[in-house]
Amino acid sequence: MTNSRTSGRPGEPRIDGGRRGVLVGGVALAAAAAASRTASAQTPAAPKGPYRSQSSWLVEFTGHKGDKGLAYYARPEGAGPFPAAVVIHHAPGWDDWTMEVARKLAHNGIIGIAPNLYFREPGSPDDQAAKARADGGVSDDQVVGDVEGALAFVRARPEANGKVGVMGFCSGGRHSFISAGRIKSINAMVDCWGGSVVVSDPALLVPKRPVNPIDYAKDINCPILGIFGNDDQNPDKAQVNKIEEVLKSLGKTYDFHRYDGAGHAFLASERPNYRPEQAVDAWQKIYAFFHKSLA
Amino acid sequence: MCTYIVEKTELSGSAKGEHGWMTIDSANVFFDHPFHAPLDHALNIDFVNRASGGSERVAVELSAESARRLVDAILTALKQGEAAHAA
Repeated sequence: MTNSRTSGRPGEPRIDGGRRGVLVGGVALAAAAAASRTASAQTPAAPKGPYRSQSSWLVEFTGHKGDKGLAYYARPEGAGPFPAAVVIHHAPGWDDWTMEVARKLAHNGIIGIAPNLYFREPGSPDDQAAKARADGGVSDDQVVGDVEGALAFVRARPEANGKVGVMGFCSGGRHSFISAGRIKSINAMVDCWGGSVVVSDPALLVPKRPVNPIDYAKDINCPILGIFGNDDQNPDKAQVNKIEEVLKSLGKTYDFHRYDGAGHAFLASERPNYRPEQAVDAWQKIYAFFHKSLA
Repeated sequence: MCTYIVEKTELSGSAKGEHGWMTIDSANVFFDHPFHAPLDHALNIDFVNRASGGSERVAVELSAESARRLVDAILTALKQGEAAHAA
């Protein structure tokens, strides 16, 4: 596996090779419970062991314009305080894999909260996604409002340390980029192959998505981790180069990892594009980035 | 890549969904990440009744190859059936 890394930090551009890591799998219990329950009330004291206990459940959060929606909340067991990340799902919606990402974060000591960005539509998550797509997708304003709501929810949790990042996949990567530019309180951002961050065709700027996301780069003040597959078509290498060029020219702090032998969505373990070696390495970089940036 | 590209076409017919048979007037067709099928991209079709809000649907997610076979099968069935009924 080869992975090229390029980083930007004001005055400190550097390039080095990738390294291998170990992905620790495993998921503890998922239980529905009230959002207000306390850490001590959730589970009896767990014996010490090689794996971290965690809990996950559904919570209600207040999103854009005060609308109430559901989010999936996964937290490590223990008093904390823990860093947290808002997990932004891709266009197909609030699916199983999105919940798995939240649990993976919790298993690795990071609270994960994954809001359903389509909660205003009726039906199951897949039906909600279908309706949202048929209506031309959700607006960027609405997504940013919902991400802000999820941020506020997790910041108010007693086990959170107050530092919150965002991470997203595909269209969620695009939404992470936009959110990091528009929400000043975001402390770290992970863009996993966010597509259409650079829009070259003005016809693609529509009322729901009126701003070229790259134009928000100047407003991003948190560190950025980028995870990309070199065989991806959107974003392709040229688009990733363009994003990096803009971030570098603005003096932003970023760390881009571009994996050979990987295309779009190579972390998605239930799909053919999954690339285990690259995915294991990328996950380790994500965990390390959040722990460093959100300490 | 997640897109919001959707081909919409009017239909006349019925589909059987979660709540039994329903009238459908449209199909939303797109090639993108599926929700359920273990594919990177799938040809997705949502049969809906747009006139009644389009919330209830009958959905399929097909590999590109099988979607093309379905197109061929539909055209073949139409050709055979229309010939047989015209006889």
